[in-house]
Amino acid sequence: MTEISTREIDQHGDVKTEEMLLNMGPQHPSTHGVFRVVIRTDGEIVIDAESHIGYLHRCFEKICENVNYTKATPYTDRLDYLMAMGNNLGYALAVEKLMDVEVPERAEYIRVIVTELSRIASHLLAIGTYGMDIGAITPFLYCFRDREKILFILETICGQRLNYNYVRIGGVAYDMDAAMLTMVREFCDYFLPRVMEYNDLLTYNGIFIERTANVGVLTPERAIAFGCTGPVLRGSGVARDLRKDAPYSVYGRFDFEVPVGSGEAGTTGDCFDRYMVRMREMIESVKIIRQALDQIADGPYKTDKIKSKPKPNKGDAYTAVENARGELGFYLVSDGSDTAFRLKCRSPAFSNVSVLHELCRGAMVADVVAIIGSLDIVMGEIDR
Amino acid sequence: MTYTIVNHVLDYFELEQGGLWSLIGAIAVWAAPITGFVAIVGLVSIWLERKISAHIQCRLGPMEVGPHGLLQTLADGIKLLGKEDLVPKNADRALFALAPMMVFAATFVSFACIPFSEKAIIADLDIGIFFIAAVGSLEAIGVVMAGWSSNNKWSLFGAVRAATQVVSYEIPLSLALLAGVLCAGSMSLVDISQAQGGWIWSWFIFRNPFMWIMFLIYFIASLAECQRAPFDLPEAESELVSGFHTEYSGMRFAIFFLAEYGKMYVVSAVGVVLFFGGWLSGIPAIDGIGGITGNLIGAGVMITKSFLLVCVQMWIRWTLPRIRLDQVMDLCLKYLLPISLVCLMLIAVWQGLMPTFDEFGIAMIAAMALGFMQMRRIYRKAIEASKTRLSLPTMKV
Repeated sequence: MTEISTREIDQHGDVKTEEMLLNMGPQHPSTHGVFRVVIRTDGEIVIDAESHIGYLHRCFEKICENVNYTKATPYTDRLDYLMAMGNNLGYALAVEKLMDVEVPERAEYIRVIVTELSRIASHLLAIGTYGMDIGAITPFLYCFRDREKILFILETICGQRLNYNYVRIGGVAYDMDAAMLTMVREFCDYFLPRVMEYNDLLTYNGIFIERTANVGVLTPERAIAFGCTGPVLRGSGVARDLRKDAPYSVYGRFDFEVPVGSGEAGTTGDCFDRYMVRMREMIESVKIIRQALDQIADGPYKTDKIKSKPKPNKGDAYTAVENARGELGFYLVSDGSDTAFRLKCRSPAFSNVSVLHELCRGAMVADVVAIIGSLDIVMGEIDR
Repeated sequence: MTYTIVNHVLDYFELEQGGLWSLIGAIAVWAAPITGFVAIVGLVSIWLERKISAHIQCRLGPMEVGPHGLLQTLADGIKLLGKEDLVPKNADRALFALAPMMVFAATFVSFACIPFSEKAIIADLDIGIFFIAAVGSLEAIGVVMAGWSSNNKWSLFGAVRAATQVVSYEIPLSLALLAGVLCAGSMSLVDISQAQGGWIWSWFIFRNPFMWIMFLIYFIASLAECQRAPFDLPEAESELVSGFHTEYSGMRFAIFFLAEYGKMYVVSAVGVVLFFGGWLSGIPAIDGIGGITGNLIGAGVMITKSFLLVCVQMWIRWTLPRIRLDQVMDLCLKYLLPISLVCLMLIAVWQGLMPTFDEFGIAMIAAMALGFMQMRRIYRKAIEASKTRLSLPTMKV
């Protein structure tokens, strides 16, 4: 290095320092996919962060304008690949609304069961990887151990582990038999004590609380202004859950709570609150699954009014479902043919990640990782 | 001791003493076995780490190569040896190559002063503790070199973090070392060990209550010195990719790896010597055995104790999350430093005023045993406390 000249010393006599531009991603262990954040840092302090997306863009919306309604379902799997059931459900509801068909009751219950199982799996992954972002590797494997059990159940039900293509227009692909329902029930009994295990291991850990409390505080006003939904919004203390506020499917029949962040460890809307909302939502999901298992009755698992190539009338429809990451919306415009004229997908993670630069400002480099983790982004959905 | 054996060998081959042949002799007699030992410590520690982490995480860990994967590390080592020697395009080549050697040498030299038993020590320096503290911090220079020469911002971040952390934790670490020196009245590690002769309650950790605190401080600071979790900021995987060794691969990376495990063993061994009676087993009848048998038993005891501490380090690593940099500095400068200063003073006062008597050691052991028995309850209580703070709903199965 060159020796420090007088020019590099400012008027206070301190050595002048420079800002550093740090390129985090697209290949980085903590960006949860191909996500790139350009961070301007002053030492360890982040001055500004700018997120760059688009590495996983694959023209989902355009593809859906070129294949018929049924064939578009598998593409929705790839949106939020951690909760593919929810995507299938959202899309199926949109087409059903467009066609104005009723879905058999048993199908609705099966949809709720598989969606909530998916939600637990997705939250497990979010919590596990969040622990890993903070530096605790063991909770990740504990979460994966239990996520594996869910994936096994879903595999038994529909033959796939990740991209299910199970919730179809007008019902579901296959029926769930009694043995499968028993498996789900057994999983519920198994799972609740495990939540306490994660809590003992991670949630109550002093270092974990220190790392997440008061970090990345998102005020309710900003959260709403940025269009955040899901655990990110609820972590800020806004109790908005479409399952409760605008019940779709049969969600209106279940009794469950909407956990919101209340600044238990620090400020309302910090990383810890967002984490805790997910933790509690898993318990609520188990509640829903148990009620659904109690209420489910025999009957057809799909309607016979839908043909293999559905042709809705001219018109448009918008449906939104509460996915693991927030409000997943599908806006469909039909021109009367068997392919959609236009499909617009409102992805929750896209809105959630847009708040990143605001949360990162003034945080430390290590906090950036904690904040990204707490937003729980899935690139498949952001880039579509 | 060192010179007698070398001289004996030189005499045997009818070679002139002093000069080049003495150097070669010293390398052959001492450096080669220690290199072997460091390598074996590395191999065993890495295997242990993989197994311990696996069992903590409900996995099996390596099972394929050798019984219970014992030879897995060896296989990995051979793989790393066979890898291409890559240097990034704009790296400072000389520093890049020097850095792993520097880090390894710093660890390696520390072994010279660690007594495996009464006689099995390479150099029983009068200032052994000083020597270890001094060469131990050389490692930070190697890390900074690695980070700087890689020409990678993540590496640089890691290097700066390492420098910050190691320099800060040097202070409480050294103060903790001084506690042992105060009790023994010597800086030689052999003298310190021998001062703890007798029954188990003669060990320094049972000497007075403050030694127990000092040991905790030493252990925490040594974790930070080794850059082990929860202080693994310099190589924080989720933040800095791999920190200072991001750009390293192949054998150079392996040397970093080996040095890390060597360093873990060194700090554990020094902790054992200072607080847990070194090679002494705590039973006078066993410690009284002299000669080769006694030394071998001593070495066995010493290595076992050190590896127990290494295992605790691993246990901590696979349980705790990582601390943030400002919290690391807070912990050091706001808590460890003042506490260790006060403790050192109190230990000095205790040494001056209180006579050393066995009954106190026995009482300490009894108190600690009681404490351990209550550990589970204390742990549950701590969890309950944070549970009430977080008001998590009670879950019914």
